[in-house]
Amino acid sequence: MAIMKRTLVGLAAILLLAPICATAGVPKPNLTIENPGQCIAPVQEMRVNHMKMLNHSRDRALRQGVRTEKANLIGCIDCHASKETGSVMGKGGFCEECHTYTAVKLDCWDCHQPKSARFRTGAAAAEGAKP
Amino acid sequence: MNEPRDPVDNPSRRGFVGAAAAAGAGLGVLALAPGLHLVEVSEANAPSAGASSKVRWGMLIDTNKCSSGCDACVKACASENGINETVRDPRQASQWIRKIELKEPRSGREHSLPMMCQHCAHPPCVDVCPTGASMKRADGIVLVDRHTCIGCRYCMLACPYKARSFVHLRLTEQNPEVPRGIGCVESCTFCVQRVDKGLKPACVEACPEGAMLFGDLKDPNSEIARRIAQEKTTQVRGDLRLDLGVRYQGI
Repeated sequence: MAIMKRTLVGLAAILLLAPICATAGVPKPNLTIENPGQCIAPVQEMRVNHMKMLNHSRDRALRQGVRTEKANLIGCIDCHASKETGSVMGKGGFCEECHTYTAVKLDCWDCHQPKSARFRTGAAAAEGAKP
Repeated sequence: MNEPRDPVDNPSRRGFVGAAAAAGAGLGVLALAPGLHLVEVSEANAPSAGASSKVRWGMLIDTNKCSSGCDACVKACASENGINETVRDPRQASQWIRKIELKEPRSGREHSLPMMCQHCAHPPCVDVCPTGASMKRADGIVLVDRHTCIGCRYCMLACPYKARSFVHLRLTEQNPEVPRGIGCVESCTFCVQRVDKGLKPACVEACPEGAMLFGDLKDPNSEIARRIAQEKTTQVRGDLRLDLGVRYQGI
């Protein structure tokens, strides 16, 4: 039922958006991959499953103390943070670009630090920058 | 398709499970000393294995050594856990650890001690949490899962130690290893990110008097377990029978 609903919503979205795209054009996400070929899984798998991977690993890390997961947010940030801003958010940020394009709300960054430890400034930076 | 679908009813599978269990039991007999098995030691030490119920983390605080006016532990906690925001109303400030000054009116005897989450074995905050966000790890560390916390603050009311705080502000300068943010309740985590790496909590490391001792309460050879067995220690509000992970001396 859920799949049918999703398909219908998808179809409706395509039908509705097609004329708009054809005329105005929603800008495609403009991504810079800082370390190409280094990801933990192929691009297609990451696109489809990154949220599931992170959900599973966050529960194991927090509730069971298992911190050796391949998919972990700090690892994602360290690799994908922009070389200019040091963040995965903001204009051109790895997460923000696609999530804006697909209109999927992100609430990771209400609590998590979107900047790579290498780029952080301020009082807590020295602590965060420790190896 | 005449074979039973339920694997439990399958006699051959049942036999296999039984044999496997027997083999496991045989392994467990590899004893290093009475009560100490090779399998248990390796499980507790492997970093990938995560929190183990064979360990219970605890802290012993000697209030005789804790000096009044010193807040090294509070500062170390704030620095480690990225508690650096400025709040308009000081009553809303996050307080993972705080210093308390006590004075007995009759004798005038004074104590100074740090107070934080006592990491109860039977935590009231976990009992009351409507979403299961308030939880206790297998190794006794009581945490808030911010992914499921709805910020109802029922746990803050339930805690007898005023150990929990609520984040009222949007935060941006978190420590990458210590996520914290608006709308969630938080409290001392025993610096779980450090403990999982084999380090001591930041407050214990920072205490200039060595008044705080961190260790495994279940390991009879650990310093904390030996001292608790030999010296008089107090659980704050012991009458509540919450079996605290944090013990005090000299109060």
